[in-house]
Amino acid sequence: MQEQKATREAYGQALLELGRRRNDVVVLDADLSKSTRTSLFAAEFPLRFFNLGIAEADMMGTAAGLAASGYIPFASTFGVFATGRAYDQIRNSIAYPRLNVKIVATHTGVTVGEDGASHQALEDIALMRVLPNMTVVVPADAHQTAQAVAAVAAYDGPVYLRLGRPKVPAVIPPEQPFHLGKGQLLRPGRDLTLVATGIMVGVALETAALLQAEGLEAAVLNIHTIKPLDGELLLEQAARTGAVVTAEEHSIYGGLGGAVAELLGENCPVPVLRVGVRDTFGQSGTPEELMQKYGLTAQDLLASARRAVERKGKA
Amino acid sequence: MNLLSQTDLELLSSKAVSLRRDILRMVYNAASGHPGGALSVIDILVLLYYKVMRVDPLNHADRERDRLVFSKGHACPALYAVLADRGFFPSAYLEQFRKIDSPLQGHPDMRKTPGVDFSTGSLGQGLSAANGMALAARLDGSPRRIYAVLGDGEIQEGQVWEAAMTSAHYRLDNLTAFLDYNGLQIDGWVREIKTLEPLAAKWRAFGWHVLECDGHDFSALLEAVYRARANRGAPTMIIARTIKGKGVPFMENRVEWHGTAPNREELARALAALE
Ligand SMILES: Cc1ncc(C[n+]2csc(CCOP(=O)(O)OP(=O)(O)O)c2C)c(N)n1
Ligand SMILES: [Mg+2]
Repeated sequence: MQEQKATREAYGQALLELGRRRNDVVVLDADLSKSTRTSLFAAEFPLRFFNLGIAEADMMGTAAGLAASGYIPFASTFGVFATGRAYDQIRNSIAYPRLNVKIVATHTGVTVGEDGASHQALEDIALMRVLPNMTVVVPADAHQTAQAVAAVAAYDGPVYLRLGRPKVPAVIPPEQPFHLGKGQLLRPGRDLTLVATGIMVGVALETAALLQAEGLEAAVLNIHTIKPLDGELLLEQAARTGAVVTAEEHSIYGGLGGAVAELLGENCPVPVLRVGVRDTFGQSGTPEELMQKYGLTAQDLLASARRAVERKGKA
Repeated sequence: MNLLSQTDLELLSSKAVSLRRDILRMVYNAASGHPGGALSVIDILVLLYYKVMRVDPLNHADRERDRLVFSKGHACPALYAVLADRGFFPSAYLEQFRKIDSPLQGHPDMRKTPGVDFSTGSLGQGLSAANGMALAARLDGSPRRIYAVLGDGEIQEGQVWEAAMTSAHYRLDNLTAFLDYNGLQIDGWVREIKTLEPLAAKWRAFGWHVLECDGHDFSALLEAVYRARANRGAPTMIIARTIKGKGVPFMENRVEWHGTAPNREELARALAALE
């Protein structure tokens, strides 16, 4: 069995490493440090760790003040509370003044699981993506999370880093370089392009193998940076293959699928089918059950892929 | 206590008069803006920028400078007038207030206006940012001080009280906040819309060192600032009793002048009252 590791676990460790290398990194949390794994940083660097209590709006504002004074704050909580509860604070105190705050949500999507809909952010990418100056990053596995943490620390500007709760398999070859804003062609193919982000990258690779058995060669792109979107790679692959299926553990509105459809609609109108949560809240269940329930499995991608190929040239 | 010499006092007073005139001209010129809360807060800003804060207009990004978070951002004509007078930017900018492509936005923008330490406009957010700056100063081992100015209506925002707990928890004695207690917000009197009282007791209960003074009396304000500086282990809230529209008799205590620009005739009358 493949190595399994949660992206939030990788975040906690990467943050600790970063803290050892740079003393201008500070970490904020809102009473979830054990879950977000910022507790690892807190244990070693108590003076650079600030627990704001259950006060996400205040946490974002405090992070902004630290950033305005030259520090690199990483502010963590669950996705719903980071992006929803503190939206105006992120908009006006972080994105608008382009402050160097890294907002890291460790629990997002339906794989939050048993906690249910109140805790399953399915609109967070959309909320963050529409903010000018905001960079939105969704790593595909633990190793990529570590790379992303290093990359966003080196980048000067606001970032939303979207991570997940459950253990996930390693899907990106560790030697793949990571560049903010640059997608990764994980598998070439001529018949259609599967464009995925986060945990759906692994599912897309699985789908590509199933498609191959049916005689269809699917290219697989990992779009770990949803904003800025790698338009060049997407347009090139869309033009080459003539059909696109997007996949994300997020609403079909406003996230990866939305971004890709906007780009291709304006520049390369090929059929685009979106796999994601179809305008509904989640519910309690195991991550696996929920992925099935909300249509986020390889079988779901497969069905969309077949439809996309059928529609080629008829869009 | 008399902390200000007669000369100082006269200097500050005459500054305050001429800056009030700038505020009125800016708002008139823009045909929009917020004169009432700018006129109530200008004396606090004059004291801060001429007597208290260590800032260098020629090196306005200096990490070691004192900082001000002007949380009641809508009253920024007051801030812009002071910053221009202190030489952070040419006073010609004032004519551009609220105009297209201007360095002086309708609410403070730290990326566009030299000397503005934090972008504000959405009320209730500034104290959190000031806390972050105070924590940063502590991490730096720096003696620099952080000031924040809040509106009284503004502190109806819940985030202010989240932040108030944070400042007290972290014992941010390098932070001094002013409350511009002019009693008015947009829809009327604060005490009728949603009262803040017992106000001093609230801040004390939140762990703050609280002082009260006349927000138009430079000596009283300066004394409060010195007492704030001397206090250890807690942030200080200076509740400054002020008059909205202060200095222009027909604007004083009138809610109508919260966010209305004077017309030409009103401007002339207002300026005549400030000679
Ligand atoms: C979050 C938010 N809600 C509403 C407003 C609109 N607004 C601008 S000024 C104001 C009243 C502010 O009253 P106060 O804080 O007492 O300011 P002052 O009297 O000093 O002008 C309101 C509601 C805003 N700027 N931000
Ligand atoms: Mg008021």
